Amino acid sequence: MDYLRTQLSNGMQVLLKEIHTAPIISHWLWLRVGSRDEPKGFTGASHWVEHMQFKGTKQFPSGQLDKDISRDGGFWNAMTYIDWTTYFETMPAPKIDLALRLEADRMANSLFEPEEVASERTVIISERQGNENSPLFKLDEDMQAVAFESHPYGHEVIGEMGDLETMSRADLYQHYKHFYVPNNAVLAMAGDFDTQKMLTRVEELFGQIPAGEQPARIAQDEAPPEEERHVETKGPGETIFVRAAYRAPRANHPDFFPLTVLDSLLTGPSSVNLFGGGISNKTSRLYDRLVETEKAVSVGGGLQATIDPFLYAITATVHPQRKAEDVIAPLDEEIARIQEAPPQPAELARAVKQAQALFAYGSESITNQAFWLGFAEMFDTYAWFERYLERLEAVTPADVQRVAQAYLRPEQRVLGIYVPDGVV
Amino acid sequence: MATKTKTLNTQAIPGTDDVTRVQLPNGIVVLARENPHSLSVTVRGYLEAGSLFDPQEKLGLADFAADALMRGTAQRDFKAIYDTLESIGASLGYNGGTHTTGFGGRALSEDLNLILDLLAETLRQPAFPKPAIERLRAQFLTGLALRSQDTKEMAGMTFDEMVYRGHPYSRPEDGFPETINAITAEDLAAYHKKHFGPRGMIVVIVGGIDPQEAVDQVSAALGDWHNPEQPNPLELPEWLPLKTRASKRVEIPGLSQSDLVIGTAGPPRAAKDYMAAAIGNSVLGQFGLMGRVGDAVRERAGLAYYAYSSLGGGIGPGAWTVQAGVNPANEEQAAELIFAEIQRFVDEPVSEEEISDSQSNAIGSMPLSLESNGGVAQALINIERHELGLDYYRNYPTLVKAVTREQIRETAARYLQPDKLALAAAGPTRAAGPTRKD
Repeated sequence: MDYLRTQLSNGMQVLLKEIHTAPIISHWLWLRVGSRDEPKGFTGASHWVEHMQFKGTKQFPSGQLDKDISRDGGFWNAMTYIDWTTYFETMPAPKIDLALRLEADRMANSLFEPEEVASERTVIISERQGNENSPLFKLDEDMQAVAFESHPYGHEVIGEMGDLETMSRADLYQHYKHFYVPNNAVLAMAGDFDTQKMLTRVEELFGQIPAGEQPARIAQDEAPPEEERHVETKGPGETIFVRAAYRAPRANHPDFFPLTVLDSLLTGPSSVNLFGGGISNKTSRLYDRLVETEKAVSVGGGLQATIDPFLYAITATVHPQRKAEDVIAPLDEEIARIQEAPPQPAELARAVKQAQALFAYGSESITNQAFWLGFAEMFDTYAWFERYLERLEAVTPADVQRVAQAYLRPEQRVLGIYVPDGVV
Repeated sequence: MATKTKTLNTQAIPGTDDVTRVQLPNGIVVLARENPHSLSVTVRGYLEAGSLFDPQEKLGLADFAADALMRGTAQRDFKAIYDTLESIGASLGYNGGTHTTGFGGRALSEDLNLILDLLAETLRQPAFPKPAIERLRAQFLTGLALRSQDTKEMAGMTFDEMVYRGHPYSRPEDGFPETINAITAEDLAAYHKKHFGPRGMIVVIVGGIDPQEAVDQVSAALGDWHNPEQPNPLELPEWLPLKTRASKRVEIPGLSQSDLVIGTAGPPRAAKDYMAAAIGNSVLGQFGLMGRVGDAVRERAGLAYYAYSSLGGGIGPGAWTVQAGVNPANEEQAAELIFAEIQRFVDEPVSEEEISDSQSNAIGSMPLSLESNGGVAQALINIERHELGLDYYRNYPTLVKAVTREQIRETAARYLQPDKLALAAAGPTRAAGPTRKD
């Protein structure tokens, strides 16, 4: 094992991986809170809290922390997802202490000044309106709402407009205090440091934050739909989109790996890298079946590593001279084909080689390596990532056929169509 | 720790002693740099063929041709090309620009020769097969349909039409539906035959490979390529500023948000005042959370999720703009705040603290941008394309520190003349009052 995985006395988990290829350190703080933890009426709270984490503490007033990091040549950002929220800073190695001090401080001491909450409300509404300009955001939002009846995966991370207009400072602060406790956090760092020295520093800064109550979870497992559900989203434009969303297994379920291979065969390899890019999908089965036959102009698939079963979605952009039905029938035939006959071993070998290459590309970036160190902990442990290639290699043609039969069942899916005003 | 960091720092920044630069007899310049930590290799470069040569009625020709190179060659059809690439987890693609056609790809190091063979084959013997061209046309037309619904793209296009009227930079490289429909397979072949050649071509290779071997492989693949017909690059006509401030709004019914673009033409990348403009631009709309513009429009007024400035640079006078995404009811208020920030930027020198912050950021973040093979490859392209010198990134801290507050103010005033700026907006139809549109 070439990294340290340990826990502080307050329950905060710490992963440290030395990489000495460049004088850079990437620091990530992960909180186990996302839209999965938001009841109705409070949708978007996790993302809004993430914004408020840039609005100041006593030690680092609003506008100060992003300037401090940038001044030292750092690259920083934050992301909120359905399962988690994360903050990262990649910095020249001698400067990284600033990132540690800042994250330790804002884990417990953010102010949530009322005027800052008010100003951020309109910023987030603007962010949501920008999203609404996109046909696929609208389609996605409608489909998620239909795919889940009670599970909070049924709403978008950004939250519903009504909730963004009504949530109060008290609601947000409570969300923050409830979830931003060290026993709900993972600190992951990779780069040019000495593990023992860094661990000592992490303990000094984060070890003093008292543990909180273990946050309660509202998400309850929800059975997939029993019959196919249809969504039609109308909006501006001329381009039709078709999306089929199936209930996927959770990331730590053994079927996740055969489904990853299945996705690769159907729609091309998904990039395993947040930083590092992917490769094209022009030899995938659905590209061949839909794009080469001029039913669609593009097709893609998305399988995401999540805590609870989420959605595996296949999305096609319909050819300008075609209709949605022209895409749906051949899409269904292709899925039936892999359900009826296992793929050739050579197809699996190709999927594995592609994943190996994507791994090599991703390992160039220290930021990407630090990302994986923490991300895998959100739904499993870092060992999940370490064994990823090995587990893909172990997938057999029969496994792929079996997961196609088990997960890509039409009665379990939501079929969505974006119908533009410009098409009559 | 400090000593160790210093040693590594030198290694991380490319320079004369670790970049191999060779010009092949046919004109191709090869730049190579080894990254001993990498198992993969990145290939990037460009040729001197771009949309500047596009006839008005076939605008989009260079862009179309760039993508069409990968649709079939004398030896391989579309499927065989992508089978070569995807079966080894590699990538290769072309991208049509205004002055040049760029290419980029990557592979595991042992597969570099496969990428270079394919690069040479698609560059030298593209077949432009008609069925594949029609499929590509449909993809372009869909892209243009989506563009017409994209507020950011439409505001940007409108801005270019205003600021660069009568100049080739006014034209969108991806054309219009009618011009894309006018392009035939024969047009693509004729354009390729005339404009694609080794003169002015750059190939950069970075990654887990010995530089000399990289040069040898490029030479084997492309060293015997010649095209006597290749024309000289076109001279850009002079750019003339607007005489007064101008504004234009494009309506896209049914959307929720508007985009604004405010600005004018800025310095070319190779201009003497480019560095002052770049540091100034950081103060204006980049540093921290989007600089002064982000502070005014997002942090203080809460009007936008994004509000920032950008400096185009490039071969010619690329745009220097401030952009923001706002609620349609807030367009005027946001524009006023942005104009006020530009006015202040032109009237007063930035503060000591501001220039020092942006200088530290530029110097500190540079090694981060050189972390990946792709980052180094892009740096080497910049060096070659703008004749910056192989030690440019090693000298970079000195160049950055040499910029003064007064230089920034002078540079800002030279380019961003407040009474000659353009404002382009794209967004939904607006009601009389400040109501949100769905």
